[in-house]
Amino acid sequence: MNAASETGSTNIMSKALREAAFAGAIAFGMFLLFVGIETYQDIDNRLVWRTRWGLLAIFVIIAAVGRFVTVGFIRPHIDRRKLAKAKSGVLEISEEKGFFHRHFLKIALIALLIYPPMSVMLFGPQGSLKYVDNFGIQILIYVMLAWGLNIVVGLAGLLDLGYVAFYAVGAYSYALLSSYFGLSFWVLLPLAGILAAMWGVILGFPVLRLRGDYLAIVTLAFGEIIRLVLLNWTDVTKGTFGISGIAKASVFGIWSFNVGAPDYFPKALGLATSSAWYKIFLFYVILALCMLTAYVTIRLRRMPIGRAWEALREDEIACRSLGINTVTTKLTAFATGAMFGGFAGSFFATRQGFVSPESFVFLESAVILAIVVLGGMGSLTGIAIAAVVMVGGTELLREMEFLKLIFGPDFTPELYRMLLFGLAMIIVMLFKPRGFVGSRQPTAFLKQRKAVSGSFTKEGHG
Amino acid sequence: MDYFIQQLINGLTLGSIYGLVAIGYTMVYGIIGMINFAHGDIFMLGGFAALIVFLILTSFFAGIPVALLLLLMLVVGMLMTGLWNWTIERMAYRPLRGSFRLAPLITAIGMSIVLSNFIQVTQGPRNKPIPQLVSDVYHIGAITVSLKQILIVVITGILLAAFWYIVNKTPLGRAQRATEQDRKMAALLGVDVDRTISVTFVMGAALAAVAGSMYLMYYGVASFNDGFIPGVKAFTAAVLGGIGSLPGAVLGGLLIGLIESLWSAYFTIAYKDVATFAILAFVLIFKPTGILGRPEVEKV
Repeated sequence: MNAASETGSTNIMSKALREAAFAGAIAFGMFLLFVGIETYQDIDNRLVWRTRWGLLAIFVIIAAVGRFVTVGFIRPHIDRRKLAKAKSGVLEISEEKGFFHRHFLKIALIALLIYPPMSVMLFGPQGSLKYVDNFGIQILIYVMLAWGLNIVVGLAGLLDLGYVAFYAVGAYSYALLSSYFGLSFWVLLPLAGILAAMWGVILGFPVLRLRGDYLAIVTLAFGEIIRLVLLNWTDVTKGTFGISGIAKASVFGIWSFNVGAPDYFPKALGLATSSAWYKIFLFYVILALCMLTAYVTIRLRRMPIGRAWEALREDEIACRSLGINTVTTKLTAFATGAMFGGFAGSFFATRQGFVSPESFVFLESAVILAIVVLGGMGSLTGIAIAAVVMVGGTELLREMEFLKLIFGPDFTPELYRMLLFGLAMIIVMLFKPRGFVGSRQPTAFLKQRKAVSGSFTKEGHG
Repeated sequence: MDYFIQQLINGLTLGSIYGLVAIGYTMVYGIIGMINFAHGDIFMLGGFAALIVFLILTSFFAGIPVALLLLLMLVVGMLMTGLWNWTIERMAYRPLRGSFRLAPLITAIGMSIVLSNFIQVTQGPRNKPIPQLVSDVYHIGAITVSLKQILIVVITGILLAAFWYIVNKTPLGRAQRATEQDRKMAALLGVDVDRTISVTFVMGAALAAVAGSMYLMYYGVASFNDGFIPGVKAFTAAVLGGIGSLPGAVLGGLLIGLIESLWSAYFTIAYKDVATFAILAFVLIFKPTGILGRPEVEKV
């Protein structure tokens, strides 16, 4: 018995060594040109090269050691755990959830509501800017966009790779209409939503017959068309220069946030002049918009239209056979999703005070889609968690000044932001292909409401 | 008329490059049904590999013949991207095979972000210009044809012929077609499905590397974010031709190249991509599975 396990472990070790050598060789081949050689321009602006063997060695060693540890230690450990679990014959089902788990949503909402005052108390008005604006508002915008896209992808099962187009439509409708006609944020917010929804229908019509990847490429193309038009229609949109000096939102038209104006809002409350108050106000605005999105999604799922969306996702042919009008079902899904994208867009414009086509590249669509899928399509909580992890995580990287102490003063963590974002996307998908939240709450049920595994819901053909 | 033929030649050159990249998309799609979003960045990697090989060779052997130089650039680029795509498939796509459809799409998008940022971090964000390799130009009447263009079209033609032969006449090609039609049945009949899929990725990457090297030769500049736009265009070409169909990919590539150059010549250059995408949407409205695509059979 002992001898057998010993030969087993030596076998594993020799296998791990072999695999490590192989991984090292592969890594050497892969990184030889791209890491081992550095190309740069010299003083005469000519392209020259130099070697970086040390860095290449580090890459190869990381690959080999990583492989060795995975094959030699991590994998046997996982296998042993699985075996032990199978032997014990007990399925892990805990019916009783903890207090935190049961009241998660209430706790999260309260935490969000007290977040800005807390950060002002802890860091002062100026210090709170970073936390409220860079983390709070930034994450909430992505939460809202991802929840909006979730209606199209998660509920109706239509793969949309050009969602950022509606975000752009919302942002530019606010930017243009407020700078040309001087309309206020509260008039333009619903208008931007309506315009975006209209564009959703315009996109929806040609793609009604398309399925799967044909749909994906046309939505991608649509997103690019919108961006290219914004980029090239310089008479109206000023092209790459973008539109700057976009009006700030007011407190429902009663007070404004323009410093020096007689109706300056912080003055009415007797507060010091600071841009932090405006950001805190915006934080609550986007929080309210997010809540609206969540509320509408939850309510719609229980209404005939929401059920039709989910039926469409599960089986389009059965759906049609049962007399559901797939045309209106698809169009409403596109329009509703687009509307929330438009809201988020006009909010984005008023928050930045500046919009340019640069903000609406395909990468944004990909990031939003990634958040939806990483969170678990259809699960609002999961999507919110994914947005916090992915967007918050990359924002956090901007703050990592201490890394300069380790890697030297030339080290810029920002450069690695998207690299790590991409790696995180891959790693999360590999370990949790169904997303962070693996369970779904069906709205139609017999006798008792129950969560089901995400693998029981389909992802649609569109 | 001369002007038109001139634009036709330019479009054909560009279309050949798109066609080569599109084949990689369409083969991967045909065999495992996923959009390999990282393929455009594999194309970019191929260009960079060729660029680095060019720099090393010209600094060691100053008088190296251009033909040999080009050949080495192509071969090293093909090996390099083949290795990369093999590893990518192994690490990011294979574990998710049989998982739900969007999971590999997300890892592919993630991989695309990783690849372009990896090159940005390791090679720097600036454009990398190289001197012109082939500068001969021929004049036929009022039409100008450069040797570069002839080379691109000829190399594309040779590769397509070789490729057609591999897919249609060799055991490997038979295994690929069998895997494409029914993966489970192919496995039951003794086809090593995993190996076939790996080979498909390597082949697609090799073609992308050729396209990348020729893109570098044609425009004389490489940049880390060169992968996205040609990648999307090639993908558009694959869909336009009918995704999963090899002749369709080439046809789509040529069409996209022609649309682009003719639109730039006769209308505004700014809206050439808009025209490309609009024509794609328009074609798909009337032929939802592309020009040469087989209609999808709906099973209940």
